[in-house]
Amino acid sequence: MGTIAKKTGTLLLTLLLVSAMAFLAFQIIPGDPVTKILGTDYTPERAATLRHELGLEGDLSARYLRWLAGFITGDFGISYSYMKPVRQVMQGKLAVTAALSVLSWLLVLLFSIPLGIALARYHKGVFARAAATVNQVFMAVPPFFIGILFTYLFGLLLKWFVPGKFVPFSESFWGCLGYLFFPALAIAIPKAAKTARLLVSSIMGEMQKDYVRTAYSRGNSRWMVIRTHVLRNALLPVVTYLAMSLADIVAGSIIVEQVFVVPGIGRLLVASIASRDFPVALTIVVIIAALVVFMNYVADLVTQFIDPRVRLS
Amino acid sequence: MIDTHNRTFRAGAVITGIMLLIILVGLVWTPYDPNAMNGAAKLASPSLAHLLGTDNFGRDIFSRVVQGAGATFLIAAVSVAAGLVIGVVLGGLTGWYGGWVDELLMRLNDTLTAFPSILLALVLIALFGSGKYNIIFALGLLFVPTFARIVRMEVAKQKELDYVRSARLMGVGSMRILFVHILPNIVPVLLSTIAISFNNAVLAEASMSYLGVGVQPPDPSLGRMLNEAQSYLLSAPWYALSSGVAIVLLVLGFGLLSEGLGGETDA
Repeated sequence: MGTIAKKTGTLLLTLLLVSAMAFLAFQIIPGDPVTKILGTDYTPERAATLRHELGLEGDLSARYLRWLAGFITGDFGISYSYMKPVRQVMQGKLAVTAALSVLSWLLVLLFSIPLGIALARYHKGVFARAAATVNQVFMAVPPFFIGILFTYLFGLLLKWFVPGKFVPFSESFWGCLGYLFFPALAIAIPKAAKTARLLVSSIMGEMQKDYVRTAYSRGNSRWMVIRTHVLRNALLPVVTYLAMSLADIVAGSIIVEQVFVVPGIGRLLVASIASRDFPVALTIVVIIAALVVFMNYVADLVTQFIDPRVRLS
Repeated sequence: MIDTHNRTFRAGAVITGIMLLIILVGLVWTPYDPNAMNGAAKLASPSLAHLLGTDNFGRDIFSRVVQGAGATFLIAAVSVAAGLVIGVVLGGLTGWYGGWVDELLMRLNDTLTAFPSILLALVLIALFGSGKYNIIFALGLLFVPTFARIVRMEVAKQKELDYVRSARLMGVGSMRILFVHILPNIVPVLLSTIAISFNNAVLAEASMSYLGVGVQPPDPSLGRMLNEAQSYLLSAPWYALSSGVAIVLLVLGFGLLSEGLGGETDA
């Protein structure tokens, strides 16, 4: 119990540190947004009012605390480009990215574990060797290139979906899921390939150990040894990796949303960076960053939970 | 294990070698001027005259891919080199001296390396703006923690070894021990990290240029070509295919090299 409390404390501290770093980073950008927004309409009175509205008064620490208090209560500030609350600009987009990421993560899970086990089980077979080589290539294909290939093959040639025509969740649940399937798969393929590779080397590493020799000596087949003895241990690093990879998948969706014109926070992030709409960019960066930190925390806890050896130390 | 590593390494060396050779030749000679437009041959399919076809301006795609791969490679090389130099110095010093500065920097490092590199790169681009040099700067900065971490760990390990102790007893200065005695012993570990960083740099540059916040026109880049090619998918699929495959080959080559050197497959 003590360790969980300690880790939770570290989690909160890291979250605070990360948010402060992100906030500071967006503060050191030269240029005054107020002057820029007002342009030729600039008068000192108007500037003062706007400065108040945008929360740009006071010194750095005061601004940070005000922003942090707002962030926790769901007030993310005001977008420079739209002059609307960031919350309104982000309306519905977070859910889209969340759906895309979770779908993609499930696909990784679905593909990688059976594939990794099969590759390790038949590691000397011709087919498994060929599959391992293909797997190696898949690891190197960037998700946005897979996305473009999917757009061409399934969108333009086979017409299974209309590229760029996102189906909102409110319109049709299955239509939305169907549209998100291809971007999710594009993100999942390299990730699943890497996960399968990790599982294979993890299993191979375990196979060198003494308890495996003992298991063999009792007359178990290779498959029996893998299934009943090795897999439990070999899955440990994979579970940790999978927990942490959710953050990578969200980062991957930043780019793939662009390919498929999915209206999620990734597309919004890129647009806000291009138009220097920093309140929006800061909000999205902090949300993703918090997710990264949180998933690492979860991965840590999961490892502790399933591996008594780590729990002891 | 050794055997497969060697095979992996060889495969990576062959792919990277061929790509490098094409890039080097491309510096002095390409079949066409990569920027020469030809109104008569717009979106021509691959043929003997144009190996990979032409784009929407009638420019030879093969020549453009060669030039783009060169630019991507150069950006990766400079940013990895910058990250390496700063990372080695920082990691070496903190690993050697330890203390609270070491503690603080490593905490910061751990936090930074946990983040997806594309997110950090985007933040840096937001801060400093897009363009070739800013990409190099952003990526270089990204690689510092990776190298610093590894060097620090290795130095901390090596400084307890006998050869370092005896060098100390003989009165060799700290800096000389650190950079002349210890550093050469770390090189093998560094090599695989360099390869995987190349891999990441190519991916990050291509991603950001694809998003339109990386390399800007008229500078060539594989990511930007892929972005442009997406508009002509139906009429000229070979455009997207060629630039995409070039990225895959670069990434694959360095990935295999890193794995063959005994490093991580993913970073």
